[in-house]
Amino acid sequence: MFYLIQLLNGVQYGLLLFLLASGLTLIFGIMGIINLAHGSFYMVGAYLAYWLAKITGSLWLAIPLGLVIALAIGVVLETTLVSRLYKRDHLYQVLLTFGLILIFEELRSILFGDDVHGVAVPALLDYSVRLTDTLSYPVYRLFITAVCLSLAGAMVLVIHKTRLGMMIRASSSNREMAASLGVNIRLLFALVFAFGTALAAFAGMIAAPISSVFPGMGNQILIICFVVVVIGGIGSINGAMIASLAIGFADTLGKVLAPEYSGIAVYLLMAVILLWRPQGLANKT
Amino acid sequence: MLSALLLAVFPLIGTTFYVQLGAKIMIMAIFALSLDLLVGHTGLVSLGHAAYFGLAAYVLALISPKYEAASLWVTLPAAIVAAAAVALVFGFLVVRTTGVYFIMVTLAFAQMLYSVFHDTKLGGGSDGIYITVRPELTIAGIKPLDLENPVQFYYFVLLIMIGVYVLLSRVLHAPFGRALAGIKANESRMRSIGFPVFAYKLGAFVLAGALAGLAGYLAACQFGFVNPEILAWHQSGTVLMMVILGGMGKLHGAVLGAFAYVLLQEFLSAPALLGAYAKHWQLAMGSLIVLVVLALPDGLAGLFGHGRSFQRNDSNSASENLE
Repeated sequence: MFYLIQLLNGVQYGLLLFLLASGLTLIFGIMGIINLAHGSFYMVGAYLAYWLAKITGSLWLAIPLGLVIALAIGVVLETTLVSRLYKRDHLYQVLLTFGLILIFEELRSILFGDDVHGVAVPALLDYSVRLTDTLSYPVYRLFITAVCLSLAGAMVLVIHKTRLGMMIRASSSNREMAASLGVNIRLLFALVFAFGTALAAFAGMIAAPISSVFPGMGNQILIICFVVVVIGGIGSINGAMIASLAIGFADTLGKVLAPEYSGIAVYLLMAVILLWRPQGLANKT
Repeated sequence: MLSALLLAVFPLIGTTFYVQLGAKIMIMAIFALSLDLLVGHTGLVSLGHAAYFGLAAYVLALISPKYEAASLWVTLPAAIVAAAAVALVFGFLVVRTTGVYFIMVTLAFAQMLYSVFHDTKLGGGSDGIYITVRPELTIAGIKPLDLENPVQFYYFVLLIMIGVYVLLSRVLHAPFGRALAGIKANESRMRSIGFPVFAYKLGAFVLAGALAGLAGYLAACQFGFVNPEILAWHQSGTVLMMVILGGMGKLHGAVLGAFAYVLLQEFLSAPALLGAYAKHWQLAMGSLIVLVVLALPDGLAGLFGHGRSFQRNDSNSASENLE
């Protein structure tokens, strides 16, 4: 039973990572932008959940409102800054988005202070499933798992079955060709970026009740997401899914077996994958 | 030449605070020089360079005896060798990746080292360790330099910085450096004419790691304290910013960038100048970084150098994302 709980935790953490990593990998795969500020969007989401839930009194109201704000942030950033980087070297993308991290962190510090905050689990989901006499599992975590799974499913459907998905796939493999066939690349890119931002913020919002809301939370998870993207292969949603779950398990298992060294487990996994398949699991060399 | 002379006479006029600040800047300049070898001359954008800087600092802290001075002749080589050895292991894994993978993987490995020092008790965990007595330099029983003395320490760092500068410009003009330039310009061409590209890149990576270790050792000497933040990715981002701010691919650019960045940071975080907002200096720094990226693609060295080229073509990046 103990291992069932760890398994469930691993899946839940892995799926949450997937929400973040899929946005990161899509933005890179389609737009060619490496976005260090992606972790900041996660943090923004968590703080939005904290702030809006305090104002409105309900996480259910906070989430849609927060999503609208996150989408707006995404559109503004894409049109004012990111769109100037498409033709620039990765180095400048790294620097500009590094600058954005500093800005987001300081704005967070000015607006919300440097304390750790908590967000209450919504009353509707605030109970546990009993597994044995002594062990139980919180329903809210199961809820996160379910939401992430349905989002992942929806994303795969959109990308592989819809007209929008077709345009996305077309412009990721050849931007100029897609543009000359009448795809509005500018609009599409703004959409993808805003969508990725919103996805990261959403992950932050639903994770807020279980992980608490604290300074620097975005950077910590960003680096794990990089590991996911490297393992899965850049631009691949399926790879991101496999890698997220692998990291979720590695991290959870590491925490159980060797708590002091659990932070290292995921990087060792990455080192092994790099030796074996430098281009990631999903991409063929 | 002129600037080296200016640096040499500076302690005669500056107060202790500024002499110490000067030494700190020159240490960061050595660090930036080592990164410029990778970013500016080999085309490897490392976002985990603080790992080697911080590791060497930790080596000094860990092997220094508690109440007496460690010997510089033992601790300095040990720190540099440790940094180079870790750079060799990490480099072996990361150099096989290119482009954006390289950026993410260097960052991830640096973070691995960070979590080693942050989560385990090896280096005092997140609290870090103090180095109570600075290492001492003795030659045949005589102490020519007292590193506890800020002015003497300043000259010691200045000498090392000049040494690193000369070493790197020699290396870059040697066949090894020309090969690195070739790899930066066109890697597959270099490979097809028979250069062992992997070995060259790994060599550059290890050399850069060793020099970053040298800078980290000096930093630990100066502050007398190490904690995990010294190898956090924030530090890696900062040194990358110095290289870009100064203008990459030009050695004097890295030095210039270190000076500009640290002075700017001192200015923005001085409560005397900016009052309550000094606490939030990173907001201004972040905005400045964004502006530099948008407006100054060639850095400060490009401003002063001949002809700014705003139209430089950096478009080789987008094509590699989906192959």
